[in-house]
Formats: sequence, structure tokens, C-alpha cells
Amino acid sequence: MCGIAGLFSKSTEVEEALGAHLSAMLSQLADRGPDSAGVALYRDPAPPGSCKVSVFSPDPAEPWHSLAGELAEEFGGEAGPEVRASHALFVVAAEPAAAQRWFAERRPDLRVMSIGERIELYKEAVDPREFVERFQLGEVAATHALGHTRMATESAVTTEHSHPFSTGLDLCLVHNGSLSNHNRLRMDLRKRGIEFQTDNDTEVAAGYLTWRLREGDDLEQALHACIGDLDGFYTFAVGTIDGFAVLRDPIACKPAVLAETEDWVAMASEYRAIAVLPGAEDAELWEPEPGRVYSWQRAALGAA
Amino acid sequence: MSVAAEESVDLAATSVRELNQRLHDLDPSDTSRWRITNPDGAHSVAVGLDAPIEVEIAGHVGYYCAGMNKLATVRVEGNAGVGVAENIMSGTVIVEGDASQSAAATGRGGLVVVRGSASARCGISIKGVEIVVLGSVGHVAGFMAQRGVLVVCGDAGDGLGDSIYEAHVYVRGEVAGLGADCVAKEMRDEHREELGRLLEQAETGFDAGEFRRYGSARKLYNFDVDHAGEY
Repeated sequence: MCGIAGLFSKSTEVEEALGAHLSAMLSQLADRGPDSAGVALYRDPAPPGSCKVSVFSPDPAEPWHSLAGELAEEFGGEAGPEVRASHALFVVAAEPAAAQRWFAERRPDLRVMSIGERIELYKEAVDPREFVERFQLGEVAATHALGHTRMATESAVTTEHSHPFSTGLDLCLVHNGSLSNHNRLRMDLRKRGIEFQTDNDTEVAAGYLTWRLREGDDLEQALHACIGDLDGFYTFAVGTIDGFAVLRDPIACKPAVLAETEDWVAMASEYRAIAVLPGAEDAELWEPEPGRVYSWQRAALGAA
Repeated sequence: MSVAAEESVDLAATSVRELNQRLHDLDPSDTSRWRITNPDGAHSVAVGLDAPIEVEIAGHVGYYCAGMNKLATVRVEGNAGVGVAENIMSGTVIVEGDASQSAAATGRGGLVVVRGSASARCGISIKGVEIVVLGSVGHVAGFMAQRGVLVVCGDAGDGLGDSIYEAHVYVRGEVAGLGADCVAKEMRDEHREELGRLLEQAETGFDAGEFRRYGSARKLYNFDVDHAGEY
């Protein structure tokens, strides 16, 4: 099964309470995905020349502050950390590639979940209702965010196998469904230099998008290419630095509902996750057509 | 036994299971009216009814609303999720808004009216239910439909009537594509009469003359002895 939620604010009120709204949405979707939960939040841009790095450690006693000290020593500046449960966020005074290289060389035991100007990515193999408490999502402000609740069908139930998956700088993917040609596709993508950290099917879709974007596709083209190259069932939601995009497979095996008011745009696997949003009863509601890419960007709103 | 009494149930305060149990406990001849508030996308609201009651649901419902309905009239004043009125036996289910996938799936009797549009697989494998959609339907509507009627006042998506048996399909707008063994058919008097009755019952305001009829070419499900050598 699995549940997907996405929320995009069009007003300051919604932006300030976005974490609380997303928490309510994920809690509604808990019985679609009680194994694990995860979110990608877009907020607090890093200063120019710096990047935000979300890192997971399986060690609950991970000394995050000494890691921040090492980062500051290497790159200067104040790196953080902002610790949320098993994850920590660092603002590294370096270009993303340099930050990524540093983590790969110095701390290969840690898992870098996302890198970008605005993205923060948190996920854990725990019930969604517990997840939102443990990661204190209720108090987070963000311009937009994606969330996922997982009921695993294709691979193990671990934090690493949970969604969202990073697909590049400030990009992430959540997925409801399953892919059947992911093993072959993973082999092909590895030959093209795309790296994978798990045997999860969604990570292959994320890697596929990374590859298409690297080859020059824009997000819409990359998502359209999925229709031809990915075999399986999917509703995808992709988070970008300034918005999100939604695609359902052409047969529409997996559900999705879109909703819009003057204050927000939301997508969810089911309406009940939208019903918890303010003004949902008067929202414009529709089911996205199969095989069609829907996207929202902040720029389109004329936002600063 | 209550006669035409009015009951209100707030799903913000009462569980769906409790609501459905109260509805199931009614006498088979009960004709009471029920008003359900705050459905908020809940699943399985008013399923398995078996009395000529009237149920109004004030808002959007989740999956399988009014599934297996018998005798009751259920009106959803909003949108319905996947599988509204699935396997309906008799009675009437009205969705004022849009219906998601597989509306009235496998329905054996009764009437289902969707005043908005219905998405994919509307009327899949129906066995006698009559469906009127005032808007459009998504892909593969009427898939393997055996008996019953599907009326689409708007457009139909790709694969209409794929592998259809003996159900009748009427479409007023464009058909994106016909499924395997589904063909346009002549509209005879009995079809105009059937369609006219349903258009009136569903208060559509449309005329039977605006519709085309589709049905089975009967080449797929009939074994053709001339082709025996090909198997």
C-alpha cells in the first residue's frame, strides 16, 4: 500500500504551521503505511556558498557536536548541528560536491540523506504517528514538504529503505506502488555512474530521475520518460527546491487526490489526509489523470 | 420500528463501525432517514444496508461507501473514493460530486448516479446495476461488464467496454477509444426507451437522441468453431 502526502503553502499562516499540517496528514495515512515514515521539508535557505546536509546515524549516541566541530575546522563557519532524533542537519560552508566528498571520505558509516540549499530529509522505520512526535515536526515551518508512510512490499523495513529518496540537490522522490524492472534498471544505471545504497525499487526510480536530469531533461521531461522506462505501479511525488510534481502510472493503479485553496496546494493518497487541512471542505478537489505530470512552483505564484 | 424518523450521526464523535452497526440493526421494513455529518473521507460509510431507509452523507467519503447496498437510498453530498456502491444489489446511490475509481464495480442491481465525473474502471464487471454518470468517465469503463447499463453524459476515456459481455453502454460525448471487442451499435427502440428512462430517473436533462450506443461484438467471449485450428 503506502501513503503519500504533499503540501505547498501559498500563505504565511500555512507556511508557519506547515510541519503541524503535514504531521496531521501523515497521521491520517498511518494505516496505509505503518512500517516507516519520512518527510522532505523545504525551508531556511543556506547562505550562498553553503549547503544543508541531512545525515542519519544508526548510533543513538552519535556525537553530532564533535562532527560539527570537524566540519567547521575543515570548511569554517558554524555547521550546526540541528539534531532531530536519529538525524542531524548541518549547514556546511562549502559547495555541495565538496560536502558530499567530505562525508564519503571521513564518515562513510553515516548516511547522507539529502544535500541542497533548502531541503531537509528525515525518515525512520517507525509508525508515522510516532515519527511525527519523535522528529518534532509539529513545530517546523516550511514553504513546502512531502511525506510518506510505508507498507513495504519490495524490500526490507529499515530507515535506509524508507522514503523519501534523494534524487539530487534539493530533489527527492516518494512513491506509492512497486516497480518490477528495478533490478535490470539498477544495473544499467550503475554503468552510467549512478550510485545506489539499497536494493529498494523506489531508489532506482530516484536514480533514474537523477540520471535523466543529469542528461539535460527538465523535471517534466524526466517524469514523462518514466512512463516508458519504468515497469510497474506508481504514484510519484517529486519535491523540488521551489515546489513539487506528481505523476501516476498510465493504468492508475495507485490512488491520488489533489486539492487547492487560496492558501495551499495539497496532494495525498486519499482525501482523508486532506480533510485535516484548514478550509479543506471548500477546496477545489480532483483526481490527477493517469500519465499526466502535475507541478507547482513558487515562482509561478510570484513569491519572493 | 421507526417510520420516517430522522436520525443524525456525527462521524467526528461516532465510529464508522458503530454507525454501520446501528444501520444493520434496523428492521428490514424500516424507512427512517439518516443524516451523517463529518465523514471527512472515512472508508466504508453506510455499507451493507438492507432496509428501505434514506441516508444523506454531508461531505466527502473515502473507499467503498454504500458497498453491497440493498433497498436503501444513499446520497453523498460530496465526492466518493474508490469503489463507491461496489457490488450494489438494489436501491439507489447518488454521488453529488465526483467518484473515484471502480464506481459501482460488480454491481448486481439498483441505480448509481454520479452527478460529477467518475475516474478509471467505472462499472467494471457489472452484473445488472444501472449507472448514470453526468460528467465523464476515465479509462476502461465497463470492463468485462456482463449485464446492466452504463450511461455516460460526458466523454469516455480509452478502452471503453473492453472485453464487454452483454451490458449496454451509452455515451453522449467523445470516446477516446474502444476496448477489445467493444463496438458502436445501432440504437433501437428498446434502447431509446431504456436510456430515456434512466436519463429521466437521474434528472440529467439530456435527451436519448444525443447518445450513441456501444456493446459487445461477441467475438471475444464466443468460441468460434471456424477458428478451432488456430488454438
